[in-house]
Amino acid sequence: MVVPISYYVILSATVFIIGMVGVLIRRNIIIILLSVELMLNATNINFVAFSNYFHNVAGQVFVFFTLTVAAAEVAVGLAIIIALYRSKSSINVDEFQLMKW
Amino acid sequence: MAQLFFFYLAGVIVLTSILVVALRNPVYSVLSLLIMFFHVAGLYVTLHAEFVAAVQIIVYAGAILVLYLFVVMLLNVTREDRYHEQLPLGALLGVTLLTEVILLMLQPAGGTPSLPRAVPPAPTIGNTEAIGEVLYSTYVFPFEVASLILLVAMIGAIVLAKRDLFEQKG
Repeated sequence: MVVPISYYVILSATVFIIGMVGVLIRRNIIIILLSVELMLNATNINFVAFSNYFHNVAGQVFVFFTLTVAAAEVAVGLAIIIALYRSKSSINVDEFQLMKW
Repeated sequence: MAQLFFFYLAGVIVLTSILVVALRNPVYSVLSLLIMFFHVAGLYVTLHAEFVAAVQIIVYAGAILVLYLFVVMLLNVTREDRYHEQLPLGALLGVTLLTEVILLMLQPAGGTPSLPRAVPPAPTIGNTEAIGEVLYSTYVFPFEVASLILLVAMIGAIVLAKRDLFEQKG
């Protein structure tokens, strides 16, 4: 019994939407970054599933580029969080309103 | 058998992703994300992408999550007591989109044209070897750009996190 491709798409969409809801409803910046990681993983699941479906290895190559961008995002994002914590002693998104209007 | 395995992995992935978003303590969120990464790696193994599975465990679970744990413990974040006030909006948006996707993907054949399935070639070389050949021939320019992205991220992280990089001494 082979698993249909639509199951993988549904799984990936579910994880992506959970990540999106997490970005919307959490106040802690670290959890928001974790939700972005969830969304990147959802795209990776899609890439690998279609790479297996079409027997084309290019999808797995793109997973590496996603991984690179995720690593860069984590490094810069956590540095920004540390700088923010230094100036405000808090990491709740509600308290950063400098560029809000 | 393959479907049973898929449903186990998918169930754990969805459950732990919900826990990442829902748990109040950031340390528990990071740990449930760790479980999710391991199960995604298992999913890659069932999809015949062994090298990606290994990289998933080494880079995501080994490097990125440790970085997150360092920052969570460095900042000594206490548990937050309430969610953002746009919780109803976010939940409504999520449920709507999820229903839409599931209805779209589960409708019977004929509504959407089924994707043409490629003829499976005989696997003559291993997974790692195939990825290496494609990565260093067709995708060599994006590969170099990726190294540039990592360099920029490294410099940016140092500049952002260092306290008095541009201040005059004394």
